[in-house]
Amino acid sequence: MLENKSQKRKNAWIAFLCVLAFLALIFCLDQWIKPTDKLGMLLIVLQKGSVYALAAVSMNLLNGYTGLFSLGHAGFMLLGAYTYAIFTIPDKSRDAVYQYFDAAIRFSIPEKLSQHMGGFGTALGVFIALVLAGLVAALMAWLIGLPVLRLKSDYLAIATLGFAEIIRAVFQWSKLGPITNGSNLLKNFARASKFKLEIAGTKLSLSTFVPVLIATVSITLIVLIVNSTYGRAFKAIRDDEVAAEAMGINLAKHKMIAFVTSSFFAGVAGATLAMVLSIAQANNFKSAMTYEILLMVVLGGIGSITGSVIGSLLFVAASEWWLRGLDSGKFLGIEAPNIFRNGFRLVVFSVIIMIVVLFFREGILGEKELPDLFRKKKKDPAKEAQS
Amino acid sequence: MLKIDNLHVSYGGIRALQGVSLEVPDGKIVTLIGANGAGKSTTLRTISGLVKADSGSITYDGQEILGMPINKILEKGIALVPEGRRVFTNLSVLENLRIGAYLRNDKAQIEKDLQWVYELFPRLKERSWQMAGTLSGGEQQMLAVARALMSKPKVIMMDEPSLGLAPLVVKGIFDIIRQINDQGVTVLLIEQNANMALKVADFAYVLETGRITLTGTGRELLVNEDVKKAYLGS
Repeated sequence: MLENKSQKRKNAWIAFLCVLAFLALIFCLDQWIKPTDKLGMLLIVLQKGSVYALAAVSMNLLNGYTGLFSLGHAGFMLLGAYTYAIFTIPDKSRDAVYQYFDAAIRFSIPEKLSQHMGGFGTALGVFIALVLAGLVAALMAWLIGLPVLRLKSDYLAIATLGFAEIIRAVFQWSKLGPITNGSNLLKNFARASKFKLEIAGTKLSLSTFVPVLIATVSITLIVLIVNSTYGRAFKAIRDDEVAAEAMGINLAKHKMIAFVTSSFFAGVAGATLAMVLSIAQANNFKSAMTYEILLMVVLGGIGSITGSVIGSLLFVAASEWWLRGLDSGKFLGIEAPNIFRNGFRLVVFSVIIMIVVLFFREGILGEKELPDLFRKKKKDPAKEAQS
Repeated sequence: MLKIDNLHVSYGGIRALQGVSLEVPDGKIVTLIGANGAGKSTTLRTISGLVKADSGSITYDGQEILGMPINKILEKGIALVPEGRRVFTNLSVLENLRIGAYLRNDKAQIEKDLQWVYELFPRLKERSWQMAGTLSGGEQQMLAVARALMSKPKVIMMDEPSLGLAPLVVKGIFDIIRQINDQGVTVLLIEQNANMALKVADFAYVLETGRITLTGTGRELLVNEDVKKAYLGS
């Protein structure tokens, strides 16, 4: 047992150092690569990929670990994106953004804080707006969770899907214009492309680093939850509700905790997405977005966090970058006929996904985590170490 | 002592229990035998709080427990081994056992109990890291019992532990039941395998369509002509 604990600590340290090295690498990439370079796509893939990774992992917490099949993710991301955008639009751009309405909320958290604390205040303000975005999504999850979590499997999926569509419609409603700007987009708020760190006169870009950092910290928190006694209770509920109940696990309470936590991080993911895209518009958060995220979770492996991360990074890289060449008619040096242009990329992409699903029935990683694959060689001592 | 008095339970108009009364003295093995649909499982599920009763009373050490939430009943020391094992198939053996101790906060004691359970079931210790779903039926039953023991119960209720197991494995399960009882845990056992159950039990009740029709010591019922005809097949 004692040896177990020191092993466990060692593994935690290794994981921590890996994450730190990864973040350092991202920070350097941010400086080396200009968005206009040929490799500039890599930055965009990393930005969007990390946002989708967070969204996929938070969905996995609910769908994969607790066994609650919910399809309301886009709705919670929308709530997060709007909350973040509304509370970070600078006062002087407020009227330009709300051109058809009289803006009701005139309060930019980063701006207010930067008046007192300078640059640090801006960063703190963005952080507070992010947390607020998560909290708004979590609060909404709690409210709709009260009636909806009594439903099971398909019925829960339909109810949450309906919720997401209703939220989207409500946000586009012109009567709510003073708050949501109706069906017009929100812009000019604190966005990733503007994030910079100034040290002794030299400006360092943070436009990729910040979204990746947000996703990394959030995913780490989710990993901690999954490995806690709560996480164990979630998995027990997924495997057998009756037995879990007989063990004294309060089903309603734990389902609610999982739902609210998952929605909180969906809200943060939505806010980060707005930060990366520089705009927030309700029309972007269609149910198709939920399906995309679900696809990433399934591709990576339901019930595997590293699987979700890998799945979403591959998904974003393939759809945004690697297959882009098809649209312009050139792919792997092959000149494609004209009919293949514009949109053919999506056909190829769908075929690839079908092949992956056919040959990896349980996703790329199944229920395993990435480190498990390395451990396989030396069986027993490694297994002990996981305790 | 666990005491049930005039318990009535119905499922949407179908009356499953119609005035069941029985007593489970401390430190004994009590068995409840009866045909399918007699209400055996319902009795256990009502005691553990999974099913609500229409009327009657269930007291443990003189305190009314009917209507208490499941976790409170478990904290009082009454654990259920559900029918059909119901282990958490995608969790490891160790994780299953830890969930058994879900309501407890005394970390040091949990570790000790884990060792105790592993001593009772050396087979589970060997398979500590295996997914519960990959265990054999007998091992899964052991795990279900071990998981219930991890809540440190004073009374353990078992719902058909021999269901779907080979005769030799069933014998092993009954040895374990005796062993657990020797360590001071009261056992309330439901069985279709009346022969085995009556041999191991101190007291036995026969349940027929929601009513207790016969009661006596295990030995008495084993030689009772009616029981022989109906349940022992000779």
